[in-house]
Amino acid sequence: MYPRNLEHSDCFVIMGSNMAECHPVAFRWPMKAKMNGAKLIHVDPRFTRTSANCDIHAPIRAGSDIAFLGGLINYVINSERWNTDPFFREYVVSYTNAATIVSDDFKDTEDLEGVFSGLVQYTEKPEWPYNAFVGSYQPASWQYKSPSVQGQGEQVAPTARSGEQKAAQGPQAGQPAGGPTGPQPPAPLSWDDVVRSLKRPPPQRDPTLQNPRCAFQITKRHFARYTPEVVEQITGCPQAKFLQVAETLLQNSGADRTSAFAYAVAWTQHTYGVQMISCCALLQLLLGNMGRPGGGIMALRGHAAIQGSTDVPTLYHSIHGYMSHPTVLKKHDTLRDFITTETPSGGYYANLPKFMVSYLKSFYGAAATRENNWGYDWHPKIIGDHSHMAMMAAMEEGKVKGMICVGQNPATSLNGSSQRAAMRKLEWMVVKDNWMTETATQWYSAPEIKNGDVKVADINTEVFFFPSTQIAEYDGSFTNTQRMLQWHFKAADAPGDCKTDTWFYYHLGKRLKRAYENSSAARDQGWKNTVWDYDREPAETAGEISDEPDELKILREIAGFQTADPTKHLAGFGELKDDGSTTCASWIYCGCYPAPGRNLTARRQPDPPGAPGAHLNWGWAWPANRRVMYNRASADPQGRPWSERKRWVWWDGSAANAPNAQTGAPTPAGKWIGYDVPDFALTKAPNAQPRPDGIGLDAMSGLDAFIMKPDGKGWLYVPSGLVDGPLPTHYEPVESPVQNLLYPKQQTSPVYKHWAKAKNYNQVARVGDPDYPHVITTYRLTEHYLAGAMSRWLPWLSELMPELFIEMGRALADEKGIRNLDWVKIKTPRSEIRAKALVTDRIGVMNIAGKRVHHVGMPWHWGWEGLSTGDVVNDLTSWVGDPNVSIHEGKAFLCNVEKD
Amino acid sequence: MAEAMGFFTDTTVCIGCKACEVACKSWNQLPAREGGQPELSGISYDNTVQLSGTTWRHVKFIEQFDGPYNGRWLMMSDVCKHCVQAGCIEVCPTGAIIRTEFDTVVIQSDVCNGCRACIAGCPFGVIDMNPVSGTAQKCTLCYDRMSVGLEPACSKACPTDSIQFGPIDDLRRRAQTRLEQLQSQGETRAQLYGADPEGPVGGLNSFYLLVDEPEVYGLPSQPKLPSRNLASSAAGSVVGAAVLGAVGLVTLRKRRSEDVAESERGGQPRA
Repeated sequence: MYPRNLEHSDCFVIMGSNMAECHPVAFRWPMKAKMNGAKLIHVDPRFTRTSANCDIHAPIRAGSDIAFLGGLINYVINSERWNTDPFFREYVVSYTNAATIVSDDFKDTEDLEGVFSGLVQYTEKPEWPYNAFVGSYQPASWQYKSPSVQGQGEQVAPTARSGEQKAAQGPQAGQPAGGPTGPQPPAPLSWDDVVRSLKRPPPQRDPTLQNPRCAFQITKRHFARYTPEVVEQITGCPQAKFLQVAETLLQNSGADRTSAFAYAVAWTQHTYGVQMISCCALLQLLLGNMGRPGGGIMALRGHAAIQGSTDVPTLYHSIHGYMSHPTVLKKHDTLRDFITTETPSGGYYANLPKFMVSYLKSFYGAAATRENNWGYDWHPKIIGDHSHMAMMAAMEEGKVKGMICVGQNPATSLNGSSQRAAMRKLEWMVVKDNWMTETATQWYSAPEIKNGDVKVADINTEVFFFPSTQIAEYDGSFTNTQRMLQWHFKAADAPGDCKTDTWFYYHLGKRLKRAYENSSAARDQGWKNTVWDYDREPAETAGEISDEPDELKILREIAGFQTADPTKHLAGFGELKDDGSTTCASWIYCGCYPAPGRNLTARRQPDPPGAPGAHLNWGWAWPANRRVMYNRASADPQGRPWSERKRWVWWDGSAANAPNAQTGAPTPAGKWIGYDVPDFALTKAPNAQPRPDGIGLDAMSGLDAFIMKPDGKGWLYVPSGLVDGPLPTHYEPVESPVQNLLYPKQQTSPVYKHWAKAKNYNQVARVGDPDYPHVITTYRLTEHYLAGAMSRWLPWLSELMPELFIEMGRALADEKGIRNLDWVKIKTPRSEIRAKALVTDRIGVMNIAGKRVHHVGMPWHWGWEGLSTGDVVNDLTSWVGDPNVSIHEGKAFLCNVEKD
Repeated sequence: MAEAMGFFTDTTVCIGCKACEVACKSWNQLPAREGGQPELSGISYDNTVQLSGTTWRHVKFIEQFDGPYNGRWLMMSDVCKHCVQAGCIEVCPTGAIIRTEFDTVVIQSDVCNGCRACIAGCPFGVIDMNPVSGTAQKCTLCYDRMSVGLEPACSKACPTDSIQFGPIDDLRRRAQTRLEQLQSQGETRAQLYGADPEGPVGGLNSFYLLVDEPEVYGLPSQPKLPSRNLASSAAGSVVGAAVLGAVGLVTLRKRRSEDVAESERGGQPRA
């Protein structure tokens, strides 16, 4: 899904996002849809600038989204329309795993009073005791039922975390990083046979959906208790409003209509955020909205290049293109282990060996050979959770000596006072930013320094500040929310000593290479062999910074080239090989730079007005410049558009094809064509059957639209890949004013993360705590940007939102004697801050199962530096988070509010 | 004269992002208020509060609620209306305020003497002094950009096309279509403000689509020109002049008779 595609939507539900406020430019497209007659719906605890422009605003308590979505699922499954319109049955049976039979061992939350089968106690490993799970699942029972018991569960896609705990408790557990001992055989010439050896019989299916163990029936039973009454009790949303949303969504889904969802960090920042998104995907699959124009789910990233930062990546647990990071917690000892653990035999991801070997070639260049398994043993391995909060918890214990902080302001970030305390334990810290942010100055101007609790003389951190360029001062690329790479060009020279991030890291790397060039230690060989050559050709140097690295050389390495001749770039990931003949850091970016002088990310050619296209000549979107993923599903099982109005990609049975490039054998007529790049094997007919010995796409049928999934189906039920269960379940946030109404014995997710649980600085309020009775949520405003480094120093933006405030309803204000603009104290178990009151009816009291719950909200942009200053709202938040992705729960927690 | 140009502001698609305010200040290099550090206004999300000599765009936020979550939030980007009959032009004594070839109204800073007459003369409260230049200032509809074929900075920056720029006749047609669409969708309060050339002040070259009465948005339903009082004040002036003349004559006669009396007493005549 990409924002422009929203103009094709008939209904657009924004949930977990304040899109108009935080993505105002992209909001152009929902407004176009509205002009075309689409219905816009906002489900949110606050009435925001987004709600103001929607047809329906449904207020819900922060953190109760799964109850609301689960209610929609239950409503849809039992509706007359869904059960009588043949479209839904055809889509769901053909393209989802609804018909797949699940293991007899699986037990649902309905069977076990709120938990799934496989829950075990979690014990931390001694080496890096920051994984912080409060519990853990053994997911073996969640798998599809296999015709043979042997090999059960091997058909599902491994993702970053799956299998982690299994291995952690196995024989490899506790083995330190650093590679295996003893000689290994060289890598094979081709990994195809290895992948083929992983092949298992396909799972059983019941296309009638009657089998009580099929994914559909399990899903139906799982959500049966999410009735409109229960939705109202848990979320506080009046039933009439909920039903209005459900009916609007249902009426605008089908063969001739599509509905889309958008979410942002208000769905991710929870202890069950991944499950919220999964729940939405389940609903959209049931409604047949995936892979179709104006349908799907749009993930609104919080920053212009956040998508790029996770693609390339800055995530600790993945390497380029979302391949799992080699880890000691899984069977990753050798390259063969890594590939057999991570590769599914079916689906496009069966090409992982090609992606991985090409990646290793980009890392180690000529030093990576078949004999040394392409240098895999040199590659660093992770030993646990190295996410932000785990790192800070370790830092607070003095286990981290130095930090380089670029593009981030942790002094005002989650549980900020604890992060400042952690940074004061560092020996050295580098801050590279446009301004002297709170992180750069916290050692002499933080609140705890100003009030005398901490003395500057007691801090032994050496702090270095590097001034940084802004975006218009260098050439480079963004990858933004629609997975689209857009090249940008330098417009002005940077002032003074400001340098780019690429300059900083390139020269830091060069100096570190020199520092280790004489080392013979085994652990340094990888670093010594790392390719690090991005020098600009002398003729190209221009501008003030002459030793700036060559951005296009970096892009070439990411996008791929023939190892033997770097001037021969790759046209796409179909050209990647697992024999070392191709070099490509990020398989998903392969093809964006197909020849010297042809940087496709720099294209700026829109489609002509009125043309039904996907603007394929504007920038370049991964994968393969495809704009709507899984778009095979935009055609019916026979390959025809579901309706003329929703035409996108379809099968042209008469199209002639070139003969097979390798064998010269003629290819039968027929081809997928359309407005977009088809997301399917181009010449595979809709009625094609899988090849019995096939791997990858050859193992898929003409109906397997979800080509990245090993079974080719969209997953209603998620047999693998998530650590907190195969189906979304309503749990309460860690801090909640009420007991879990759905499962009284299971208040929270049984496996969320709680870092530094025993520490005073990270205590949490108990359920219904009278000292902290109000629900608080945090958010952003249009006028400011993230932690403020790009807005609070700029007068034109600061004047628009000059001070921090807390939004509260009139009932709470009256109760506490607070008037508009009065100073207010806000307190959580972690901290206490001050802000001015903004009293409004846009937020207020909710009725949660008979209990009056006040809702308040605060924007979190402020700190003590810059023109516009205010207390650090993130001082209120805690280090509890999602077990899959380690993000904190910043969108729903508890506080108290008093007049100052 | 070139074609009459202007703005049509469709408030129903305004998302209150204030990009127009920032684009305006950036292009016209206008200073932030109080160095970018004013106090929080407490008026919804509006911290700009009013148009001024240094703020030529202002997004208004109107909360219409009846209890928590029950209501609507109106947003509207306000600007100089570029009236067809402009009060400011009527009262400007130096001729600093001109009607351009685009039928827009522009204050020439180098001719303005800072007398402030136009501030009182504007029926919409648009104009104010720019303390930096010492002259009255307001939106120029980006005369400099229009002169080279560019659209004004604010409409260019508007992400949702709430602010539309173009030939007035074209904008009026678009506005009428949108009005009918809204009315057919049941928004009975939808109305155009200033689109009628037969209406008050001869119509506005920056006109609006509203979904409530103009007063809700702080707009006068019947804007009045300074010249509305011209006839009555002229008559008043004639009467006043007659009275003053009579008083003067009487005074003169009295003074002369006093002078005569003084000289008869042997004193020096007054100088």
